[in-house]
Amino acid sequence: MFNYFIKRVIASIVLLFAVIFVTFGLFMAVPADPARLSCGKTCSEETKIGIRHAMEIDIPFSEQYKRFVKGLFVDRIYNQGSTVARTCEAPCLGFSFRTDENVTDLLQRRAPVTFSLALGASILWLTGGVLFGMLSALKRGKLVDKLVQSVALFGSSLQIYLIGWVLSLYLVIRNNILPTPAYVSPFESITSWAGGMLLPWITLAFISMSGYARLTRSGMLETLSEDYVRTARSNGLTKSRVYFRHTLRGAITPIITIFGLDLGGLLGGAVITESTFGLKGVGRLSLEAVYELDLPIIIGTVIFGAFFIIVANLIVDMLYAVLDPKVRISK
Amino acid sequence: MSNILEVKNLTKEFKSSSRIGEAKSLVKAVSGISFELKEGESLGLVGESGCGKSTTGRMIAKLLDPTDGQIFFNGQDISKFSEKQMKPIRGDIQMIFQDPFSALNPRQTVGSIIGMPFTVNKIVPKQGLKTKVQELLELVGLNPEHYNRFPHEFSGGQRQRIGIARAIALNPKLIVCDEPVSALDVSIQAQILNLLNDLRKELNLSLVFIAHDLAVVRNFCDRVAVMYLGKLVEVSSADEIFNHAHHPYTKALLSAVPAVNPLNKKSERIHLSGDVPSPIDPPSGCRFRTRCWKAQEVCATTPPALLQVGKSSVACHFPE
Amino acid sequence: MSTFLEVRDLKVDFPVEDGVVHAVNGLSFKLEQGKSLGIVGESGSGKSVTSLAIMGLLKESSAIVSGEILLDGQDLVAASESDMRKLRGTKASMIFQDSLAALHPYFRVGKQIAEVYKSHNKVSKADAKKRAIEMLDLVGIPQPDKRFNDYPHQFSGGMRQRVMIAMALSCNPKLLIADEPTTALDVTVQAQILELLKSIQKQFGTSVILITHDLGVISEFADDVLVMYAGRAVETGSVVDVLTKPQHPYSWGLLSSIPTLETTINKFHSISGTPPSMLNLASGCAFEPRCEFKSSVPGGKCASNIPDLIETSPNHQSRCYLDTAQRANLLTPPEFSVQK
Repeated sequence: MFNYFIKRVIASIVLLFAVIFVTFGLFMAVPADPARLSCGKTCSEETKIGIRHAMEIDIPFSEQYKRFVKGLFVDRIYNQGSTVARTCEAPCLGFSFRTDENVTDLLQRRAPVTFSLALGASILWLTGGVLFGMLSALKRGKLVDKLVQSVALFGSSLQIYLIGWVLSLYLVIRNNILPTPAYVSPFESITSWAGGMLLPWITLAFISMSGYARLTRSGMLETLSEDYVRTARSNGLTKSRVYFRHTLRGAITPIITIFGLDLGGLLGGAVITESTFGLKGVGRLSLEAVYELDLPIIIGTVIFGAFFIIVANLIVDMLYAVLDPKVRISK
Repeated sequence: MSNILEVKNLTKEFKSSSRIGEAKSLVKAVSGISFELKEGESLGLVGESGCGKSTTGRMIAKLLDPTDGQIFFNGQDISKFSEKQMKPIRGDIQMIFQDPFSALNPRQTVGSIIGMPFTVNKIVPKQGLKTKVQELLELVGLNPEHYNRFPHEFSGGQRQRIGIARAIALNPKLIVCDEPVSALDVSIQAQILNLLNDLRKELNLSLVFIAHDLAVVRNFCDRVAVMYLGKLVEVSSADEIFNHAHHPYTKALLSAVPAVNPLNKKSERIHLSGDVPSPIDPPSGCRFRTRCWKAQEVCATTPPALLQVGKSSVACHFPE
Repeated sequence: MSTFLEVRDLKVDFPVEDGVVHAVNGLSFKLEQGKSLGIVGESGSGKSVTSLAIMGLLKESSAIVSGEILLDGQDLVAASESDMRKLRGTKASMIFQDSLAALHPYFRVGKQIAEVYKSHNKVSKADAKKRAIEMLDLVGIPQPDKRFNDYPHQFSGGMRQRVMIAMALSCNPKLLIADEPTTALDVTVQAQILELLKSIQKQFGTSVILITHDLGVISEFADDVLVMYAGRAVETGSVVDVLTKPQHPYSWGLLSSIPTLETTINKFHSISGTPPSMLNLASGCAFEPRCEFKSSVPGGKCASNIPDLIETSPNHQSRCYLDTAQRANLLTPPEFSVQK
């Protein structure tokens, strides 16, 4: 079991480096010019050359790549030895073409917003989705079930930007029920943090909850017809034991694994949600960078996102061993 | 009468691991078994779960390749035959499976299921495919008008008949029946067994009949081979095995079968303790020794050879 | 000997898309304390549904259950789900055919047994664990304290069935229903499990209902037998009476068609046709389409009327229109009972 874990970790690291390599290849595929971004037509040719030199764009691609990878572990010194040398602390992801900001610093500033959004929404949609799904499955065919299913179908067909906009209009702008979505660090004020994130959480959670409710419902229905649930009932266990401890436990594995993957993807940046609510998260950052072809930021956000997805996959794989004893213990 | 089938030292080992990340272990499903089948004869292959009888059946039907050993069909060693070499004789060796519900493609009509052996082998029967298939349907006791129906429209017993029709389509010489009646209701089992018996006589078929139900084998087969944990422990005529079994396992097996006659009080039931050992690490020497009441030192060191004892072949150091 | 369980005119219907499936159609029988009853039938006979009805497991399904099931005087059909819950595991327990599917794959077996015991008794976790280990030992599992922590897939089929028995008996129920408990097991393991059930019955005086299609198992284990066909009892009586002198064409047909170790017939007598559909019940005797003796009954009564269950000899009942003389003539005792 332990060997398997080590193998998977090594494979994940290799994968991450493969992603870095491919992403870095963007520099070759899309010859972007930092000079154009930072000062456009207003600069002289000399300035432009200077900028390119500062960004180390003028050196061969393979050398750029080597320095980039090295920079992830050791402080990178751009233009070492010259008068315009500057240090980029490890992990160094370069400097923005447009603003010349250190990309790593930028990500550090934006990440908490994305994390807050992802974690809050995901907890909401997991608990909500599972509970509604269970309710729907246990009251199969009745009004409650039909209601939950309809709402879930409706919810999963909606788009965040539509729902977000509609909810903002009615809950924030017109009626002041919820505060304006904005990010406040939880270390400053927990209440402001939660209040500012509430609308984005509800919006994101509502749409995802629908999917999870349907998933839970079908998982529960399948598990309810399993022999071991019949055994639990025939031994006289209470309903709540039968439904929560036995049935849900049997149905939860695929839900947990999908949750892990969803969360992993979201941690890398919830592009649409952040844009809809004007939150300065990593997702929005990546969107803006793509529009402007600000390559260092693009590469930075891609690596950032890839890291979480790979880690999420790793955790989900390992979780199987915890959730299913057949996988970790042989006969 | 010649031997239509002769199996020599047949072995099959599987690599498997039950845990992720664990080293693969070797499952010794079948370990060096040898037996013959005469033309027109039916040989019952019996044993409990894990004894290797199904694996043996699949190797004979060439659905699995043996790890070692030889399979002589009509004198020819087919054990290492490639797909291409098997093509001309595929029609001669057929198989009937246990579960009538999964052995038939639910998306194909019964007519096309039975017609498939012809179409796959590019054989056109002289009376035309449809007529031939309808003849086969009638032969197995089904209504030829149901040619265009789907498997789910038939009962379990009827589906088994369809499986039989498919198996006899190309006039095979040998049919391997893998527990053909185990999944059927008791009242239907007799029907299917009668059908198989009639077909055997009519078409001069040789049968390898794999079963765990000793009573069925007792009444249906000419000869019986008893397997335990991948090895043959006793081979004899059906009468001899049931009247005078020599191997302790055979005796235990027979005594475990519950008697239908309530007045037939089982004199001495032999109690086999424990479970069947794992085929990954079978006991040394005689594989049955861990549960045998006669086990001695020699049983642990030397695997017993299949030798003639009375009218049977027995693999035991201390046959009864 | 008191009547511990009495079933009166039990009917179970399942509404389905195409109509109603009449799984059980007027079943009545009695079971005395400490005795064992074998219910024999093929697929569609209604034997499994009967056991589910007794356990009240059909209460919250679409099934419509009518009639009476009196367990120690209490009517289970009329009982509420919460009453039934208290009864299950304590007064009546059930074990099933597929032990791997019937045990929760993600929980350790010891915990599963302890959970049942704790659900019905106010005990500490430690006491429940002790009881679970006691039960594992009782059913013959070696090293019960170690195996307490194992998962179901770590046991062999026979051992797992023992675990299920341990779980079902943890609260010492007076009635144990075993639904095809040995069908999926090897014959040597089957013998062990039947031995175990017999010894438990002797030790605790449990009444057992054993449901199976295997007449050999019935013969070895049960005191009395009830033959079911199309949701009704067609023959009841002691095992000796029914198996050696069957009084119904169906039981007779079954006994004549099963191969046994004691016989050497090559051509099996078979019952023609297939078990009936439970969706559209025939108006007369359900077995009539397959019966080879229907012509002996004048006026074609069999096709239009359902015979009553009548006593053919003390404690031996049959649901058939053939009269005594005809039965003696046509239903010849099966071969195995004649051969020495």
